[in-house]
Amino acid sequence: MLVEAWQFILQHPDRFFSALLRHIELSAAALAIAIALAVPAGIAFAAKPRTALAAITIANIGRTLPSLAVLALVMPILGTGFAPSLFALALLGLPPILINTCIAIQQVDPDVVDAARGMGMSRSEIVRGVEIPIATPVIFAGIRTAAVQVVSGAVLAAYIGGGGLGDFITAGIAMMALPQLFVGAIPATLLSIGTDQLFGYLQRTFTPPGLRAA
Amino acid sequence: MIEIRDLVKRFAGTERPAIDHLSLTVPAGEVCVLIGPSGCGKTTTMRVINRMIEPDGGTVHVAGRDIMSVDPVELRRSIGYVIQQIGLFPHWSIAQNIGTVPRLLGWDDARIATRVDELLVLVGMDPSQHRDRFPRELSGGQRQRIGVARALAADPPVMLMDEPFGAIDPITRARLQDEFLNILRSLRKTVVFVTHDIDEALKMGDRIAIMRDGALVQYDTPESILARPADGFVESFVGSDRALKRLALVRAHEVLEPGVALPHAHAIGPDVSLRDALAAMFAAGVDALAVVRDGATIGIVTVATIRRHALAPAPVDTAAASP
Repeated sequence: MLVEAWQFILQHPDRFFSALLRHIELSAAALAIAIALAVPAGIAFAAKPRTALAAITIANIGRTLPSLAVLALVMPILGTGFAPSLFALALLGLPPILINTCIAIQQVDPDVVDAARGMGMSRSEIVRGVEIPIATPVIFAGIRTAAVQVVSGAVLAAYIGGGGLGDFITAGIAMMALPQLFVGAIPATLLSIGTDQLFGYLQRTFTPPGLRAA
Repeated sequence: MIEIRDLVKRFAGTERPAIDHLSLTVPAGEVCVLIGPSGCGKTTTMRVINRMIEPDGGTVHVAGRDIMSVDPVELRRSIGYVIQQIGLFPHWSIAQNIGTVPRLLGWDDARIATRVDELLVLVGMDPSQHRDRFPRELSGGQRQRIGVARALAADPPVMLMDEPFGAIDPITRARLQDEFLNILRSLRKTVVFVTHDIDEALKMGDRIAIMRDGALVQYDTPESILARPADGFVESFVGSDRALKRLALVRAHEVLEPGVALPHAHAIGPDVSLRDALAAMFAAGVDALAVVRDGATIGIVTVATIRRHALAPAPVDTAAASP
């Protein structure tokens, strides 16, 4: 079975690699949008406890929605194709980043912030120089969760015409062709694991040295 | 010099003001200790000086400038700030922590590096060993040394210290009190020091402001507060052992009497307090001790002298009278 899957890739390298590339493009773009929206929003909300609580509550509800449901909900509004898939995946990536950013900023030791203020750091100097660096490990943990969720969720984009490795899986299921199913499923799984490893590495790299475990 | 006039601060949702028409002048180069029970307004008063809390009435002048006419961020860069919890930046090295205010003021890197090493030496830490370490690698006492070094970095004329030794073990606390008192005195800093520990206040303060319910009850030198408490509140606040506390403020060399040399076993150094001298007399079962400096007897201290200092009111110090 696995041999047949391997032969399928060798016979159709163009189809495989364009699907793989599409999968990565879709995931990377969705994650980039999610980061660009959720990190600044999380930082802004953290300053207002009530807004932060509301945002975290809503994000938590968003988090419980099944990935397929998010894609299904997007389809009637935006139709099918790359853009709706991108939108749905970005939506999928928002909650973990938003929640972690909000909580990470709120959890910065208030005495450290008091000292910073008392020494004459302006609000923006405190946010950029103190709060964000101290919150970095937790923000990155949120990005890591989101990245894995987006890469896994991208498999489902095939259902709404987003392309990617999911195409092989849906086709494989439809035709009861197990080798083709594996052509989608195995690389998609490896991609998710690889993404988790990559962001774990990035998380450690971007953690300021003083905050690393001894 | 810090001049507080008629200061009022109310917090929303509280009946009585946190600070109630308080007036207080701290002369340049002196350590003023604010002390009182919790909720008396001592920390609030301190935090008004660098506008961490905005006053509702009255004026505060620091070195002649009305604090309300200065941008708060700029004001705070010119005032040293030390808190009990220290608040070192965990993601920055010791050198970066100490260099915070100089960096905000735009000093160049070489000047900051020189200043950091200078301050590490000043607070008794080896620069080469500590400058590149991180706060989590230091003990509580070492962290507060860095906290004070950081506050001194841009050489501010005024320092605000909120229970800086409150979270430090008693032995380290006593050593830091001695060291920092010497540093602050030698640098001629004007210091507002908040504590709830009367022994710390008596040790650190040139003057002590005793507060209750947002108002000043007595503002005087440690000697005068012990000798002439303004009312029953102050008397109970300083404690029933205030006679002994007064003895702790007087050094043996200040009360020398000419006398015969005693056996060497019953000798003390010139900087020993009368309180410790008394303890030494009881321990040795004698009525007098030789005061020895560099191996030579320079005089004696007797039980009678000590009793006189414990009982006699200190001379009236008009400059220290409460406003």
